[in-house]
Amino acid sequence: MTNYLIKGARPLGGDPVDILLQDGRVAAVGDSLEATGAEVVQAAGLVALPGLVDLHTHLREPGREDAETVETGSRAAALGGFTAVHAMANTDPVADTAGVVEQVWRLGQEAGLVDVVPVGAVTVGLAGERLAELGAMADSAARVRVFSDDGHCVSDPALMRRALEYVKAFDGVVAQHAEEPRLTVGAQMHEGDRSARLGLTGWPAAAEEAIIARDVLLAEHVGARLHVCHVSTAGSVEILRWAKSRGVQVTAEVTPHHLLLTDACAESYDPVFKVNPPLRTDADVEALRAGLADGTIDAVGTDHAPHAVEDKESEWAQARPGMLGLEQALSVVIETMVEPGRLDWAGVADRMSVRPAQIGRLADHGRLIAPGEPANLVLVDPAARAAVDPAALASRSRNSPYAGRELPGRVVATFLRGEATVLDGKATR
Amino acid sequence: MKRHLLEAADLDRDDATLVLDTAAQIDQALAGREVKKLPTLRGRTVVNLFYEDSTRTRISFELAAKRLSADVINFSAKGSSVSKGESLKDTALTLEAMGADGVVVRHSASGAPHRLASWVKGSVVNAGDGTHEHPTQALLDAYTIRQRLGRLDGVRVTIVGDVLHSRVARSNVGLLHTLGAEVTLVAPPTLLPVGVGSWPADVGYDLDAVLPKSDVVMMLRVQAERMNASFFPSAREYSRRYGLDARRMAALPDDAIVMHPGPMNRGMEIAAEVADSVRSTIVEQVANGVSTRMAVLYLLLGGNA
Repeated sequence: MTNYLIKGARPLGGDPVDILLQDGRVAAVGDSLEATGAEVVQAAGLVALPGLVDLHTHLREPGREDAETVETGSRAAALGGFTAVHAMANTDPVADTAGVVEQVWRLGQEAGLVDVVPVGAVTVGLAGERLAELGAMADSAARVRVFSDDGHCVSDPALMRRALEYVKAFDGVVAQHAEEPRLTVGAQMHEGDRSARLGLTGWPAAAEEAIIARDVLLAEHVGARLHVCHVSTAGSVEILRWAKSRGVQVTAEVTPHHLLLTDACAESYDPVFKVNPPLRTDADVEALRAGLADGTIDAVGTDHAPHAVEDKESEWAQARPGMLGLEQALSVVIETMVEPGRLDWAGVADRMSVRPAQIGRLADHGRLIAPGEPANLVLVDPAARAAVDPAALASRSRNSPYAGRELPGRVVATFLRGEATVLDGKATR
Repeated sequence: MKRHLLEAADLDRDDATLVLDTAAQIDQALAGREVKKLPTLRGRTVVNLFYEDSTRTRISFELAAKRLSADVINFSAKGSSVSKGESLKDTALTLEAMGADGVVVRHSASGAPHRLASWVKGSVVNAGDGTHEHPTQALLDAYTIRQRLGRLDGVRVTIVGDVLHSRVARSNVGLLHTLGAEVTLVAPPTLLPVGVGSWPADVGYDLDAVLPKSDVVMMLRVQAERMNASFFPSAREYSRRYGLDARRMAALPDDAIVMHPGPMNRGMEIAAEVADSVRSTIVEQVANGVSTRMAVLYLLLGGNA
């Protein structure tokens, strides 16, 4: 195993120090460290953060290996600075049994670029009718703790209540895709001035907010943990703030694209901007940034959703919803939160690593950079700026909404348990 | 003029007026002629790409192109490779390879003509896309109003019915506003889009209140299927509250006209005696559709080859 001596990095943006990674752990942090035999990584000017953790990744395997595989998605994640990603359950077959989650987990181990943590489906086949074998998935080698029907809302309130209660037995959490399905039949984009003009069926903010309001009340009632996926509206942030003030055990994530883009993107009718929940208004973007800054929103979750070209190069209504996110997530957070002064580097570490690791109950991730801790960390050059070139992405798909957009921040190196998965901005395997 | 006609906003006031004036010149040039044909687009190819059944619009465009001596190809979704699952992009590339100078497209998906325009070199004319726009319908409506009333500036136009799902309403609101008319939308609140307040139009729910202040009443087709989705309780209730019958027609100013883009549901949004009255412009609208579409094709395709 290679040992690494990182010279002059700034942990959480603080003063430059040397960091020695030995045998998978941080061995020492200090000035002018020396270590014979260790590979030296010059990191002057680079910010060191704990390895990023994504609560919301679609790796598409099994089923749509033409769009992404566990391996290609893992590489994209490592290049984005992640050391752990939660793989969503809406694969084919659905990850609703111990067998499927163990398969995904094993593929992640084989790729060896990030820890791939499978999410289990809440209901059999994501059909929203009866509970999947949640306990079997929790007890499997994949040790599933996050359960989600993402892509579909667990809309039946009685079933949602049971799911929230049931996963308490193994400290699990239900991650809800908050979308009242009866209010979003045929929905294509945010319902408002622009949908009215563009003639695209609207997805009302109330369809998300109504479910979040219902679910925080249910979580409070049964004393369970609830996580809300991809919060997209100002009203949702208000409900979450209220629920947290009451002591409800609720956490929430926001996607990079909802922090940066608005429904104005739909005016092109280019389905690369079609996503569920849809891009919202300037006022929503502002509320999401404020919510992430004050901690009402706990985490950034990418909702990385690779799609094959033919599923995006079409009419808007026919295209599948979703966009890539892993490789640009940190850059978008730097652009929207760090550069405007709304989040410092400690805040970035908290929202992109510490809290998501806690929500997913990942003991080895989201740890501070200190002696004895697992050596999961990322080195970022905050000064670098570059235009996004979809052709250069490691993901197998090309549906990046940031194509041609200049964004700050470059991941220079990522370490997973002391092994470099990215060096000099390139994947090592 | 822009290269494509995708939505009413592609036309500024000068462009829109030019289309209407050109249509009038075409009407004059053809009036009384035995051979109703102009040589203007000889050697040009116009493809009618219809993904939705629409006999009247397709025939209108076909006639318009043929009267300009263009070669016309009708490409309909039924009985073509489209029904075998060919993508819009592949179809576009095929048309491009065949050298189509103009593509007239009707599609059930809003924005499909915009996508098409990014893939072909020829001019794209939107012949109705989903619930978005139908700009040539708005042009023929404006032409008809100007023909009947002699002006558009300051004309009070009331559009009644299913605005939510209507591409005709969206195009008319935009174009008539551009041309100086004052538009009022009347519908049950369920059939108005959230966000309609940002349109350049007044909005009301009471048809009887606006009829005496209307120079033009444009009735939109209301599909009975909407009833099943609870947009309104019953066809009878809709007709009673928003239908135009003889009693309501009598409340209009003397020279006011009644329009309908067709096809009509007689007895639903419009009573037979209204549709067949002297105020009705429904048949003129069909005739004017051909001249206006000739004007559009001429202006988009008739320039330097």
